[in-house]
Amino acid sequence: MSKISAWGNYPVIEANLIKYWDSNSLNFEDNKEYIAYGNGRSYGDSALGENIVKVREKDLFLDFDQKSGLLHVQAGVLLSEILEHFVPRGWFLKVTPGTKLITIGGAIASDIHGKNHHIEGCFSECVEEFTILLDSGKIEVCTKESNPDLWRATCGGMGLTGVILDAKIYLKKIKSKYIDQTTIKTANLKETFEAFEEYKDMPYSVAWIDCLAKGDSIGRCLLMVGDFLEDGDLSYNLKKQKSIPFNFPTFALNNLSVKAFNWLYYGKVKERISKQKVDIDTFFYPLDAIGHWNRIYGKNGFTQYQFILPKEQSLKGLEEILYEISASGKGSFLAVLKLYGKANDNWLSFPMEGYSLALDFKIEPGLFELLDKLDEIVLKYGGRIYLTKDVRVSKENFEKGYPNIEKFREYRKEMGFDKRFQSLQSKRVKI
Amino acid sequence: MSYILIVGAKSDIAKAVAREYANSGYNIYLAGRKIDTLDAFAKDLTIRYQIEAKLVELDILNFKSHQEIYNSLDKKPVGVITAVGYLGNQELAQKDFNEAKRIIDTNYTGVVSLLNIVANDFEERKEGFIVGISSVAGDRGRKSNYIYGSAKAALTTYLSGLRNRLSSVNVKVLTVKPGFVDTQMTKDLDLPKKLTATPKEVAKDIFNAQQKGKDILYTKWFWRYIMLIIKTIPEWKFKNMSI
Repeated sequence: MSKISAWGNYPVIEANLIKYWDSNSLNFEDNKEYIAYGNGRSYGDSALGENIVKVREKDLFLDFDQKSGLLHVQAGVLLSEILEHFVPRGWFLKVTPGTKLITIGGAIASDIHGKNHHIEGCFSECVEEFTILLDSGKIEVCTKESNPDLWRATCGGMGLTGVILDAKIYLKKIKSKYIDQTTIKTANLKETFEAFEEYKDMPYSVAWIDCLAKGDSIGRCLLMVGDFLEDGDLSYNLKKQKSIPFNFPTFALNNLSVKAFNWLYYGKVKERISKQKVDIDTFFYPLDAIGHWNRIYGKNGFTQYQFILPKEQSLKGLEEILYEISASGKGSFLAVLKLYGKANDNWLSFPMEGYSLALDFKIEPGLFELLDKLDEIVLKYGGRIYLTKDVRVSKENFEKGYPNIEKFREYRKEMGFDKRFQSLQSKRVKI
Repeated sequence: MSYILIVGAKSDIAKAVAREYANSGYNIYLAGRKIDTLDAFAKDLTIRYQIEAKLVELDILNFKSHQEIYNSLDKKPVGVITAVGYLGNQELAQKDFNEAKRIIDTNYTGVVSLLNIVANDFEERKEGFIVGISSVAGDRGRKSNYIYGSAKAALTTYLSGLRNRLSSVNVKVLTVKPGFVDTQMTKDLDLPKKLTATPKEVAKDIFNAQQKGKDILYTKWFWRYIMLIIKTIPEWKFKNMSI
């Protein structure tokens, strides 16, 4: 038994870790439940369970086709490894989240999305096929056409259909490691929405919201949009990482320090519209530059609350939620707002057309009550909660947001996956 | 670009070392028994680093075959790294000499057989480097693994002698003494997390130490001090201890 947790450092559990296994001889024992674990970057309990199958060691690059950009890798390969080797050759990920420290298996299981969701959709959109271990010795190569049910259940399925072994993904061509970035400073939520609309043809966009702003300033943000330059500079040097060496005391992150941080960040941008030339790591992965940044939340850990609201309800819903958070006085270092494109037809994929907000909260008394309250507002406006970040949502609040949940449940039952693959999260929300 | 020969290439440390060298542009020979199981790993090296990676079938216990295998390499390596290791079963080795012999021959005799050949070639060419992966277990005999430990102690002494012999022709020999490493070999042991290195950390240490021309490397670094303490415990005290 070993101690293990995910990125939120909450909960920390004792589990049986299975590593250095051979896919052909990984014997699942009867009456035992398993869940795959990649690089531990989901926030909550989605990759935690009694028996954890570690996938990170499966890190081979299996094939690459220069012409089409089709890359075949094992599921434990990190996005950062792909970037390290392929950016200098002029290739980039079609879809990437805000951290490059996740595995390919995790990217599929969470059907992750990034700053270009409104253009390129979710990660599954760049996946040609994946191979999955369904049960001892039973391995299936799955494409969207060959087994649409397995595909729709696995992409976004939180590892609950098996252990993803490898995948073929398409990379995209780039001509520079630099992004031509425009930063737009807005004064309130309405302006923020208008700015998103105005720049919706830009391939990449994301906004940082000052969620402790009050009154007329609620929803003020820095919206950053951009696209790759074409200057031919592809030198991609890994920067020396700064790291948080130990857990900060839990009082370090109080309301005041967050306010100061927000003020400095927002205040340092003077003009309404400004231009910057930034590199891949700065634009896509700002937090990866600080190793173990999760430790600033202290030993009790933290969670991220990420929800999405349908577009037409977003303004009202977000106003209400931001007001609620502001009134609660619970700080969030990061509040990231983004306009999403159309939903895909995977059963548990999070994105839908609308606005999503993600906020970090340290675990403390009263937090879950606040989040329950926020759930109600999210559901009232027809939104949903992101499982990859979640550690506390109730079965009822979760399932209201996902119209295909019964299909997913039935499929799991029919295939016998529910007897084999379970996480703490899947048991809590009963999927 | 020049080749590095990695012997015992199926071990996790060896694989991590292969990636370090490939990352610096070296081509790689991966040698070991039933080496075709490393087919996919060799391809991984060529895709990641755009270098050549070749598999060399080599049984460290088949001493007689070593010369011929070395001769058959198209391009002679500029560096040889031995990562051969067999922990074995101490209890079994106490009862069954075959197990004891297997531990000794894998960790010591076989490596000597091979490195003799390499050393002669490097001495003649007046170039090259040798990295031998030994173990902190060779620094002092403990009841839990002294057959393995004594074979590693012999290897450490052999490498020390080799370094002495080859220093006049500018061939560097690095002795590596890893402490706890999280690998397949140790996956069933309950290792203390803070003292345990990943294969990647060990590989980086090895690459850096070799490139700087160092003689002895403890990895992670604090093992030098842990072993210093363990070595200074007087024998009358040590013999009653359980560590």
